[in-house]
Amino acid sequence: MAVGITYEQAKKKAWGGFFLLLIVTLAEVFIALLGNGHIIDGFTLSRLIMYPAMIILSLYKAYYIVKEFMHMGYELKGLVLSVVLPFLLLIWAVIAFLWEGAFWHDSREFIKEQNELAPADDETGFILRDKGELPEEIYFI
Amino acid sequence: MATEKLVENQAEIIPNEKENGLWDGGKSPMGVRYGKLMMWYFLISDAFTFAGFLIAYGALRFSVPTWPVPDFVFQTFPFTKAHLPLIFVTLMTFILIVSSVTMVRAVQEGHRENQRGVAFWLLMTILGGSAFLGSQAFEWGTLIGKEHVSLNTNPFGTHEVSGTYLEDDHGHTYKANEEKETFKAGESYLIHKHDGEWLKRKYITDDGVEGQLEFGPKAFGALFFFITGFHGFHVFSGLVILLIILINVVGGLYVERKNGYEMVEKVGLYWHFVDLVWVFVFLVFYLL
Repeated sequence: MAVGITYEQAKKKAWGGFFLLLIVTLAEVFIALLGNGHIIDGFTLSRLIMYPAMIILSLYKAYYIVKEFMHMGYELKGLVLSVVLPFLLLIWAVIAFLWEGAFWHDSREFIKEQNELAPADDETGFILRDKGELPEEIYFI
Repeated sequence: MATEKLVENQAEIIPNEKENGLWDGGKSPMGVRYGKLMMWYFLISDAFTFAGFLIAYGALRFSVPTWPVPDFVFQTFPFTKAHLPLIFVTLMTFILIVSSVTMVRAVQEGHRENQRGVAFWLLMTILGGSAFLGSQAFEWGTLIGKEHVSLNTNPFGTHEVSGTYLEDDHGHTYKANEEKETFKAGESYLIHKHDGEWLKRKYITDDGVEGQLEFGPKAFGALFFFITGFHGFHVFSGLVILLIILINVVGGLYVERKNGYEMVEKVGLYWHFVDLVWVFVFLVFYLL
C-alpha cells in the first residue's frame, strides 16, 4: 500500500507481512517452549535470555503492524510524531510500577519475617498481622 | 468555488511556495482527513488504557513470590485431552493475524474502487474475528468451567520448594508400595474441585516440612478475565462496526462518496489496533 507501488506489488506485500508476523510469532512460541523444557527433555534456557528475546520480537511485531498495516510509515512527519511521542511516557510508567511492585513484594516478605519473629499477641507488631483476621474480599493477593 | 479562489489569491500573495509551509494554512498539516486523525487519537487513548491494565498486571505480578506458569495454565486444546502448552493460543494469534491481513486487502481493494473486492475481504475479516471470539470463549469456558478460576479464587499455584506429595490426585493417602509423585520448585499445580470441595493435596518438602497446597495469587483470575475480556470486547465491537461498514459497502454507499472507501480505512485502523494489543496481551499473559 506504500505510495508509488503497483496493485500487484501491494498485494504481495500484504501477504508477505502475514508470513513475517506468523514466523515471528512461531519463533516466540518456540523460544517459550524450548526455554521451559518442553521440546528437549531437561534442556532449559535462562529467563535472562528468554524474556528479552520475546520482548524484542513482540516490539518488532508491533512496529511492523503500525508501519505497514496501519500505514504509519507513509504518513506526514507531524502525524507520526503526534501519535508516537506520547508513548515515550510509558517507558517510565513501566519502570516505576514494576519498581513499586517489587517494593510491595519486599514489604510483604518483611512483614512475614517479623510475624514469625514476634509472638502473635505482641502489641508492637505489624498492622497486617494475619490475612485470616480480615474479610476475604478486601485483600487482593 | 469560493475557497478555491481564496487559495489562489493566497498563492499570489506568497509567491515563494517553500515559505508557505504545512502549518501556514490552506492545506491539511497532518495530510489526513479529520475522521482518520481522530481515529488515531482515539487509538492513542485506548492504547494507554490497555497499557494501564498491563502495567497493573506487571506490578501485581512483581509483588508476589510466585506466579502461575503460563505453559502449565494454558495447555488445553479442543477435542483432545493431550497437554499442548500454548498451542491453542498460538492458533488464536494466527487467526487474528490472518484477519488483519484480510483487512489490509479490503483497504487495498477500496483504493481501486472495487466494491465486490472490498465486500469479500471485509466478510473474510468478520469470519476471522468471529473465529477468534469463539476460541476465546473456549478458553474462558475451560478456565471457569473445568478449572474453576474466578475473579477472586485462583486454584493455580506454584511450588516455592521441591518436595513429595503424601496424597494422590484424588486425595487418598499413598499406600506403602505406591510410587509417590514428586514436584520441583517453580512448577505450577492446579487444585482440583471434587464434588464441590477443593482438594488441597498434602505434601512434604525435601527439608522435611509438611504442608498443604494453597491457592495461587488471588489477582490472577481478575487480571486475566478483565484484560482478555476488555480485548475481546474490542474484537466484538470491531465486528459490529465491520458489519455496518460491510452493509454500507454492499449497499453502494461509498461508490458515491468523494473520499471513496475511507471509512474502510478507518475501521481498518481500529481492527489493526486490536491485533496490535493482542501482541502485548499474548506477550505478558502467555509468553513471559
